[in-house]
Amino acid sequence: MDLTLKIWRQATASEKGKFVEYQVQNISADASFLEMLDVLNEELVRKGEDPVAFDHDCREGICGACSLYINGRPHGPDKGITTCQMHMRRFKDGETIVIEPWRAKPFPVIKDLMVDRTAFDEIIQAGGYVSINTGGVPDANAIPIPKRDADTAMDAAACIGCGACVAACKNASAMLFVAAKVSQFAVLPQGKIEARERVQNMVAKMDELGFGNCTNTYACEAECPKEISVSHIARMNREYLSAKLVSQKE
Amino acid sequence: MTKLDAKIPQGPLAEKWTNYKAHQNLVNPSNKRRLDIIVVGTGLAGASAAASFGEMGFNVKVFGIHDSPRRAHSIAAQGGINAAKNYPNDGDSIYRLFYDTIKGGDYRAREGNVYRLAEVSNNIIDQCVAQGVPFAREYGGLLDNRSFGGAQVSRTFYARGQTGQQLLLGAYSALSKEIKKGSVKMFMRREMLELVVIEGRARGIIVRNLITGEIERHSAHAVVIATGGYGNVFFLSTNAMASNGSAAWKVYKKGAFFGNPSFTQIHPTCIPVHGDYQSKLTLMSESLRNDGRIWVPKHKEDAEKIQKGKLKPTEIPEDRRDYYLERRYPAFGNLVPRDVASRAAKERCDAGYGVGSTGLAVYLDFEDAIKRLGKHVIEARYGNLFQMYEKIVDENPYETPMMIYPAVHYTMGGIWVDYELQTTIPGLFAAGEANFSDHGANRLGASALMQGLSDGYFVLPYTIQNYLADQIRVPRFETKLPEFEEAEKAARERIEKLLSINGTDTVDTFHRRLGLIMWDHVGMGRNKEGLEKAIKMIQELRAEFWKNVRVPGKNEMVNPELEKALRLADYMELGELMARDALLREESCGGHFREEHQTEEGEALRDDENFTYVSAWEYTGDDKEPKLNKEPLVFEFIEVKQRNYK
Ligand SMILES: Cc1cc2nc3c(=O)[nH]c(=O)nc-3n(C[C@H](O)[C@H](O)[C@H](O)COP(=O)(O)OP(=O)(O)OC[C@H]3O[C@@H](n4cnc5c(N)ncnc54)[C@H](O)[C@@H]3O)c2cc1C
Ligand code: FES
Repeated sequence: MDLTLKIWRQATASEKGKFVEYQVQNISADASFLEMLDVLNEELVRKGEDPVAFDHDCREGICGACSLYINGRPHGPDKGITTCQMHMRRFKDGETIVIEPWRAKPFPVIKDLMVDRTAFDEIIQAGGYVSINTGGVPDANAIPIPKRDADTAMDAAACIGCGACVAACKNASAMLFVAAKVSQFAVLPQGKIEARERVQNMVAKMDELGFGNCTNTYACEAECPKEISVSHIARMNREYLSAKLVSQKE
Repeated sequence: MTKLDAKIPQGPLAEKWTNYKAHQNLVNPSNKRRLDIIVVGTGLAGASAAASFGEMGFNVKVFGIHDSPRRAHSIAAQGGINAAKNYPNDGDSIYRLFYDTIKGGDYRAREGNVYRLAEVSNNIIDQCVAQGVPFAREYGGLLDNRSFGGAQVSRTFYARGQTGQQLLLGAYSALSKEIKKGSVKMFMRREMLELVVIEGRARGIIVRNLITGEIERHSAHAVVIATGGYGNVFFLSTNAMASNGSAAWKVYKKGAFFGNPSFTQIHPTCIPVHGDYQSKLTLMSESLRNDGRIWVPKHKEDAEKIQKGKLKPTEIPEDRRDYYLERRYPAFGNLVPRDVASRAAKERCDAGYGVGSTGLAVYLDFEDAIKRLGKHVIEARYGNLFQMYEKIVDENPYETPMMIYPAVHYTMGGIWVDYELQTTIPGLFAAGEANFSDHGANRLGASALMQGLSDGYFVLPYTIQNYLADQIRVPRFETKLPEFEEAEKAARERIEKLLSINGTDTVDTFHRRLGLIMWDHVGMGRNKEGLEKAIKMIQELRAEFWKNVRVPGKNEMVNPELEKALRLADYMELGELMARDALLREESCGGHFREEHQTEEGEALRDDENFTYVSAWEYTGDDKEPKLNKEPLVFEFIEVKQRNYK
């Protein structure tokens, strides 16, 4: 396949960026999207030009590193997959593809298509854990957990922290990311103990870092490569309200 | 010859670890605050170690090349983690897990280490559940188990097809808690370029900031390397793109011995290679072998028709199929260990019975399982893997068998460590896939996650204290010392050299060529002639690389090509050591198959008399041959036998 690529180039965080057009030829339909970019980069290096920087690592949809905004959608046109899982057979010969980085204030561009997502780490540090130390814990089967709850926790825990939800949201809200973590712990007995503090601290951190509010457009769910459900946001809102109420009473 | 002391504690096998802990030196709480530990790596091993050190009160600095600890390659582990809980009541025990691991490793691992691993395996599961790791459960609310290759019991805990992700997120959450508390400082997007050794002890590291290119110095009382495996030396592997052997290689060149470098695991169930643009291979979890049956056509003419696209696998009747694993190994069938399954696939394909357009693939078929259990059960068990397969290959595995072929997956070899996980450089420790410790010549499925977390949560937090106890009076180190100066200079010179070559070929071109040499001669089947040839070819390629590679840009910027070039430069040397080690080991064991040494039935033939040792390689200089040291393996508690999975 031959393709025209319009790629966002930006040398550093402080410099202005712009779209640059490239042509790639003879791309196999079986190649992955990132392999197509590899081909482009090899060509650029050979020509003495600066290759396009983008984050990636596992190339199988689990590390959450890849983060391209393709033809106006995070992770491209297909539902339920990451950029690295997309194959070129998804595109037509001769097509023009527009490739941008995530665009959200809390995720500043580092270079070209790479953005800084350490804000997510900070949100987890605010409370995305169970405060136990290594050792001295009960036997793993000491507390049975209904399969339904374990499954719900797993649904939420499947989040790969890629940030597509934020990139998809017109308000750059991180509600789905935060809710997935809050929800995972809220349904497990191990997590319930600190549930109140957790939800308040994580939400406060999210606001502090400049993520926007949720206005229920659900673009996050639609674009999430792991198809994490907005029902977790509803659960988080309940958790948050009841935590607020209880803290007010105290 | 240097005498290698593995420091295995005295006493009966089951009491060694207890005895060790009872008699080791500890550091009291007020002294812990004065001691700094550097942990390089935030995968299962690094994150769990760093979090645990922080909880104990040490000052910890943790480093990784990713933007977040959660992206370490451990995240990609699919199938599960072993433990000797015996929850299914099927006869498992610590001893049996120990025994299976030693046998699976083809009697090339230490009894003492492996027993300890089996012993703490149960604590790992407890720990992870307490952290909120959502393992799969049964309807009664208790934990579910599945079986993996090389075992006749079900002892594998899992979280759908995302076990590594969930375990890593558990360790990451523990790490995040310590970062919040201030006991751990995190330095991400930093790549370790040098180890700093002062008066014979590890005292710091030099790292490159991958965003700014700044070269930084960091000091500590002890350094832990947990940077994962070096499978990417083959270019194509199931490892993540940035996985590298550089930190391990740098400490080797500073005096740490390298253990069994040639022991590589080739995983039997990966999606076959399909094009020369391909950047990596995708694993299809071993758990699939629980329900999938592996076969190739019984008749060559059918295989040929399939290769030409003139016949479909579903059109081949039962009696024209060869379920070769079930045929050759009736006791373990499709669940033989990985090395055995991989070699059997290669044997069939080399003999002309392979499928797919290249003839380098075999079928993994779920038709029977779907008939027996129903599609919904198979979907619940493997849905995400089937989806992944369909995305890549564009075929529906519910309707037509999957095609799989072996691919490089894991490195059993690594930095040599003693029982305390300390290297031959005092104060330098190695954990997780980066060390050589527990898997001998072949690792069993679901045991890498177990080992990484065992090292990080339950072994290092004890053993590192035994070292640090006599360091409490050592003040913090200034990074102005000449040793730091020199290490930084070496790193800078290497970078400048690479940037100044300005040749014609890209880093990946060279990496692909190295990968082909490794795969052809240091891969699944190895022989003297091929290995000798490989050593020469690697030397030539290395010389060409240093003359003709093109690394664009400068150091002071985000420069992925430079990162890759630095890693490849190390692989070019490590690859040669792997070939040397394979050449010297004139026997077949586990994943190391020397074609000259096989039984009449084509099984691996060990030579216990001459090779029951760990090869521990010592660096002697860039233009000198490395020196081999041998650590004899002594089997006191189990009888060494030929592995038999028939
Ligand atoms: C696809 C796949 C599936 C697998 N499935 C299973 C399974 O089901 N069960 C099982 O038991 N095992 C499995 N394994 C093996 C297992 O995942 C790994 O062996 C294990 O996770 C390695 O963990 P680690 O902590 O040692 O290293 P890694 O997770 O690889 O972490 C390495 C860390 O080091 C950092 N780093 C690397 N180089 C440098 C450097 N030069 N400087 C600074 N930092 C650096 C990285 O940023 C990272 O944080 C699988 C492996 C693969 C490839
Ligand atoms: S590269 Fe890991 S999710 Fe895409």
